[in-house]
Amino acid sequence: MLAESLALTAALFIIGVVGVLIHRNAIIIFMCVELMLTAINLTFVAFSRFYGPAGQVFVVFVMTVSAAEAAVGLAIIIAIFRHRQTVDLKNINLLKG
Amino acid sequence: MLLQTAVSAGSHPLSGTIAEWVWLLPVLPLAGFVINGLLSLNSAHFGPTDPSAGDHNHSDSATDAAPISHAEHAEHTGTAGDDHAAVKRHRWAGLVSVIGPGVLILSFFLALGIWQAMAGAQPSAPFIQTYFSWMPVGDLQINAAFQLDQLSMVMILVITGVGALIHVFSIGYMRDDPSYPRFFSYLNLFVFFMLVLVLGANYPVLFVGWEGVGLCSYLLIGFWFNDKANADAGKKAFIVNRIGDFGLLVAMFLLFSNIGVLDFVGVSAKALELGAGSALVTTICLFMFLGCTGKSAQIPLYIWLPDAMAGPTPVSALIHAATMVTAGVYLIARSAFLFSLSPVASLTVAVVGALTAIFAATIGLKQWDIKKVLAYSTISQLGYMFVGVGVGAYVSGMFHLVTHAFFKALLFLGAGSVIHAMHAAYHTTHSGEDAQDMRNMGGLKRYLPVTCVLMWIATLAISGIPPFSGFFSKDEILSSVFARAQGSTLASASWLGIPGGTLLYIIYGIGLAAALLTAIYMTRMMLYTFHGPVRTGAEEEKSLHEVPWVMTGPLVVLGILAMFGGWLNLPEVVTDLIPLGPRELLAHWLDPVVGSSTARITTGAAHVPVQTEEMLIGAAVVIAVAGIVFAMLRLRPASLPRKRDAVAEHGFEGVVANKYYVDEGIERTIVEPTYALSRSFLWRFIDNGVIDGFFVNGSAWVARSFGWLGSRLQTGNVGTYAWVLVVGVLAMLGAFTLR
Repeated sequence: MLAESLALTAALFIIGVVGVLIHRNAIIIFMCVELMLTAINLTFVAFSRFYGPAGQVFVVFVMTVSAAEAAVGLAIIIAIFRHRQTVDLKNINLLKG
Repeated sequence: MLLQTAVSAGSHPLSGTIAEWVWLLPVLPLAGFVINGLLSLNSAHFGPTDPSAGDHNHSDSATDAAPISHAEHAEHTGTAGDDHAAVKRHRWAGLVSVIGPGVLILSFFLALGIWQAMAGAQPSAPFIQTYFSWMPVGDLQINAAFQLDQLSMVMILVITGVGALIHVFSIGYMRDDPSYPRFFSYLNLFVFFMLVLVLGANYPVLFVGWEGVGLCSYLLIGFWFNDKANADAGKKAFIVNRIGDFGLLVAMFLLFSNIGVLDFVGVSAKALELGAGSALVTTICLFMFLGCTGKSAQIPLYIWLPDAMAGPTPVSALIHAATMVTAGVYLIARSAFLFSLSPVASLTVAVVGALTAIFAATIGLKQWDIKKVLAYSTISQLGYMFVGVGVGAYVSGMFHLVTHAFFKALLFLGAGSVIHAMHAAYHTTHSGEDAQDMRNMGGLKRYLPVTCVLMWIATLAISGIPPFSGFFSKDEILSSVFARAQGSTLASASWLGIPGGTLLYIIYGIGLAAALLTAIYMTRMMLYTFHGPVRTGAEEEKSLHEVPWVMTGPLVVLGILAMFGGWLNLPEVVTDLIPLGPRELLAHWLDPVVGSSTARITTGAAHVPVQTEEMLIGAAVVIAVAGIVFAMLRLRPASLPRKRDAVAEHGFEGVVANKYYVDEGIERTIVEPTYALSRSFLWRFIDNGVIDGFFVNGSAWVARSFGWLGSRLQTGNVGTYAWVLVVGVLAMLGAFTLR
């Protein structure tokens, strides 16, 4: 039962990573990051099913932080869009050396 | 502050006496330097300085640096109707006139007190005061310590005594100089360093004084630095002296690496460990002598001294005649325990001294600048001193040092009076003539009678006419050379294949010839300056007059000393003939310091018979008189053209008048090749190519390349960073998993 759960969460996580790596749209990348977080949450829940409730406490923490992160991240993306009229990361490279 | 930390040798006969105050001797001039130096930083006058400066109200300190030539300032304010009488004295001139010479006079009286204590105590060992540990590095233990013994006492009395007189003279000579306090502060600083030089209890402390007097010499030669020639002369003196100082340093290194001590007492105790006559002790002595040739202007490093005449005349008298240039002679007398071990080095000293004596004397024959004559005369007389200390007659060398300090200071100060009067005269008529050229002088005895008489005394003294001081000291050197040639460790040694005895006879001959030339060029100088018709010009002649008492006063004192200085060390052969006074005072006085070294050289010497000695003295007197008579008969001051009408001399005379083209030769063979090498190799290749090109620009290029590589990594693209991050995490995970 644990192995299946972990396989699922790993698959979800990898989908998130690949999404971050291959997409150029900031919103999609952002959603992929959220997906990775969700995968991690799921892992915690799966573990808590077998090893006690500590994992669920972590889930609450992660959800709180990710909510804050989502708010800040979206705010940044909106600010970038207002400034550049695009959220395509190909064009956002001001820190280029 | 020094006294509390002073640790004296408790059992020494001088401890507890006034000699405990020996530290005050140099501290007094140092205090004078500080006070005068601070005053010199203050503005020169109250209120607006120069009425002719108009509306641009430049600060007073700027007047110091304004391009004012010597000619405008050494003039005498007494000249009536002089429109430059508006030149005001420095606002602190009065105070400086008290402090500057005052500290020297105090020092001199203290020195007299110490001398009296020493004469009473008759110490056989030096009195050493240690103040603090200066360089405690492993085996090298060097203390800041002063050493008082009979040799340093002689030097102290000369430095403070003659120095005080010259300071007093300077009050008059430098009266209207805008940098009056600066002059006295330098002069005080010089005396401080000179006293450190002669009081130092070890070679490093001596070296501090040695370098310090070099610095002051540089500062004072270039005192009127607005004239580039003066600044260049200062630099020349400084650079030439560095060559010699290198030798002294190497000698110190060799001493330390071989016997491990550098204080005089320690070195003299361990000197025999170096081995009598060994190559090592010869090397040490020769390097030390290289230092002496620089400081004391001997061949080959004499070239700076004639140029040093660019400084004010009191400076020439004090530094470049009476005291600093004799430091080399002092160093050899001080290191007698080393030089007496090496006949070869001693003979080298004597040979170089003799060659310098004759060489400089010939140049002195054809100089027209009154100070240049005296400069070459000084070089020549220093050569004499080196002959003395070279043949191991350390007392004679020191004796000549003392008498020379008297009569040469007198000659220089007399020349200063003459130049002062000439400047004043030329100043009234705004003439651009050379006030130092003897061709423009003549007949000055009518206008400067006191100076004339006193300078004649000095001339007779330097020529060696009895009973003036120079006669005794010079004669003593010559008869010592003769005696050493008859039998001594020097006579039995050989120098570059020449037997020492033969060499010493040659040196004796050269010494006699130099004495003849000395008499000739000195008489020539006196004749052209003070006798014959006045060549200044009719208008200038009216304003010629004797200098004020503040300048003639020191001259009179020096005149008395130049006349009776010989009584310091009357030779036995003279006192036996005529009972003039106690004999060989100086020899007895210096015996505890140099006696054993002299004895080492005179081992196995036969006593020169009295008749021979009398003949030697007779020969010296005849030569001196012959020189003076020859010059009087031969020279015609009446038919001498003025400087502007003079024609260049030809043939050998021309060569001598141009100082054998030594300066030009050095320019060609050393200075210009150095410039060329520096320009093409050191500058273009080493500096521009290797240092700037390879090291400086090269390292910049390397840094820039790395920076460029690093900046390529910063794409600014979030995707790239994400890839790098993921690859990195995977790599780390992989590394941990596979381990």
